[in-house]
Amino acid sequence: MGHDSHHKEENFIQKYIFSVDHKTIGIQYGITSLIFLLFGFSLMMVMRWQLAYPETPVPLIGNILGETGILLPEIYNSLGAMHGTIMIFLGIVPLAVGAFGNYLVPLQIGAPDMAFPKLNAASYWSYFVGGVIMMASFFTPEGAARSGWTSYPPLSIFESGQTMWLIGMVFLITSSLLGSMNIIVTIVQLRAPGLSWFRLPFFVWAQFVTSFLLVLAFPPLEAAAVLQLMDRVAGTSFFLPSGLVYAGSTVDVYGSGSPLLWQHLFWFLAHPEVYVLILPAMGIVGEVLANNTRKPLWGYKSMVYASIFLGFMSFIVWAHHMFLTGMGTTMSAFFQTTTMIISIPSVVILTSFFLSLWGGAIRFNTPMLFALAFLPMFGIGGLTGLPLGFAASDIYLHDTYYVIGHFHYVVAPGTIFALFAGIYYWFPKVTGKKLSESLGKLHFWPSLIFMNGVFMPMFIQGLAGVSRRLYDGGQIYAHAQGVLQWNEFMSISAFCLGAAQIPFILNIAQALVIGKKVGRNPWDSTTVEWSAPSPPLPHANFEGPLEIYREPYEYSVPGATKDFSPQTIK
Amino acid sequence: MQIPYIVEERPDTGLINSKLGIWIFLASEIMLFGGLFSAYVFLRLAAPEGDFAYWGSKLSVPMATVNTLVLISSSVTVILSWASLKMKDFEKYKLYMGLTLLCAGIFLVIKYFEYTGKFHHGIYPSSSTFMGIYFTLTGLHGLHIVGGMIVMGYMWLPIGAKQWETDPELFTNRVETAGLYWHFVDLVWIFLFPILYLL
Repeated sequence: MGHDSHHKEENFIQKYIFSVDHKTIGIQYGITSLIFLLFGFSLMMVMRWQLAYPETPVPLIGNILGETGILLPEIYNSLGAMHGTIMIFLGIVPLAVGAFGNYLVPLQIGAPDMAFPKLNAASYWSYFVGGVIMMASFFTPEGAARSGWTSYPPLSIFESGQTMWLIGMVFLITSSLLGSMNIIVTIVQLRAPGLSWFRLPFFVWAQFVTSFLLVLAFPPLEAAAVLQLMDRVAGTSFFLPSGLVYAGSTVDVYGSGSPLLWQHLFWFLAHPEVYVLILPAMGIVGEVLANNTRKPLWGYKSMVYASIFLGFMSFIVWAHHMFLTGMGTTMSAFFQTTTMIISIPSVVILTSFFLSLWGGAIRFNTPMLFALAFLPMFGIGGLTGLPLGFAASDIYLHDTYYVIGHFHYVVAPGTIFALFAGIYYWFPKVTGKKLSESLGKLHFWPSLIFMNGVFMPMFIQGLAGVSRRLYDGGQIYAHAQGVLQWNEFMSISAFCLGAAQIPFILNIAQALVIGKKVGRNPWDSTTVEWSAPSPPLPHANFEGPLEIYREPYEYSVPGATKDFSPQTIK
Repeated sequence: MQIPYIVEERPDTGLINSKLGIWIFLASEIMLFGGLFSAYVFLRLAAPEGDFAYWGSKLSVPMATVNTLVLISSSVTVILSWASLKMKDFEKYKLYMGLTLLCAGIFLVIKYFEYTGKFHHGIYPSSSTFMGIYFTLTGLHGLHIVGGMIVMGYMWLPIGAKQWETDPELFTNRVETAGLYWHFVDLVWIFLFPILYLL
């Protein structure tokens, strides 16, 4: 594999399109997933218009929604299902694992490339095909999937658009499997001499655990997707019980299936998926915090053990999404207990981050601001999850806006802020140019304010009992009347949040064109990737063989001449 | 720079990259079939009493028994083909790998007759939940057989086998990796046979 690829001159297509260099593939993942994130966000803005101003024509894009320009209920459902699907499977996971994992893991462990470069390219192109299928589903006569990102049967068996969704998912799952297999082998096999397990940066540990979650949790969803595809295409009834009535008539299938089976298989993936979303983010935050506090991460080893424990536990908490399905109190009691236990390692990691700040000489640059904002935002997301983890309080909160508020705090101002921190932090390594600090702050502060403007009122609405799936935002419900005014507030915040991303896009554009050139280590960092040129050499990364002499975060070592001691220097 | 540990083992892990890779791939495959086996158990428990046994009795046990023997033989021959390469006997390799491919082919032909026999009697995946899971599980397993045949066929035909001349050690490792996969496919069948045909 890759035997003589570096001897030959590469043409444009080999170098930029079907490249096997992990850096090019990482950038491909990064660009594609950022476009999907923007697109998924736009879908949500259309939905938020409908929620704030029900049944009024949507401005700008109204004419493509139909003659009246009003968002129809079935399109609203499509946008909801596709917003979730795109944000998770096409946006955040490919950005966190595909882009950051691919680009940085080989660099941080001092490897020339991933262990299987061709598999790596196959992983990206499988993701790309999956993305194209998902996008294409908007333009089919059936329209895009509209059964929620969870695709619960029986609805998903009958609703249109779902077949394309399932086929797209098979490609996305394959892509994740190939990518995470590659990351595991790379970390185990290609660590530079001297880089023992406890000298790995926390980011690499986070990617390692994440990859195990992807390898082991995704296949059951693939199995479930195959079964649902059979239900839709071959007329089987794995998820359809006997005597089911749909649209006024009994469904003509053999029956004796179970809709709960889907929920079990789905959440067996989708709960570990939550940790797939959060662990790489924690890894990024760890790197940025250590660098900008100028001291080692507090409790590095406990954090590593906590993330391994977190990964293990994440496989036995899935049914806390199903307390209301009637699966029984014994099951609920078990899953409620494991759910409480899994909050411990998350708290260990978050506490370590907070304690890392203690006594640090903190530099408030843009990556650090995003990383610092991650801490309370993820904290809010985590703590609001506890009432959902208890079966009794979940009965009241289940399927309300409270749930939406909870998981968006984890993923949006949590994970996405960490990913922004990572983009600002490693941009100089990838391009050799630095992003502007002033535009960065213009991106950060409005994003922080409007994120909270969007999600904080969801807790208020949810506690009032407003269901998360209402097309009109709760207009016709008496119990929602007292909290309806928040709809407009949240929507305007969402539109402002969209506008707050303009400085980010401008920042990248201006940095690429007129950005200040930087050397290999602009942040005075200790980890291995900063000893490579910026950008690192194609197909080799480093100029020569490396040896690792130190722990990952040797900042402000007493007696050292500088306040950072790179891992590669004795 | 060359990617290390493609042919020689990394001293501290004792592994080459492809061997670790295939084991992790197989772990994910276990989760894939594990998910489907769990679905089988779940559906069997949810089905009316005797429903699965009734539909299961429509399957042909003799055909499946022959197929079990065929697949087990192919597991033996794939090992022998790898062992032949280790003993630097390329002709024997061609023979044993050819036999493995032949066994895989026989398995698929028998499977084809089983499927068409069912269709002939008007039995389709939609006929019952048991038939649905039968066609899904054996179909997915069949796809795994086809995938293995493509890889092993490539290594048997001159286009892939010529690597024996240029890089014999890498070629031997590839055959071993494919063999590990083939054993897994065989093992899945060992589970499928009793739960579908005998229970």
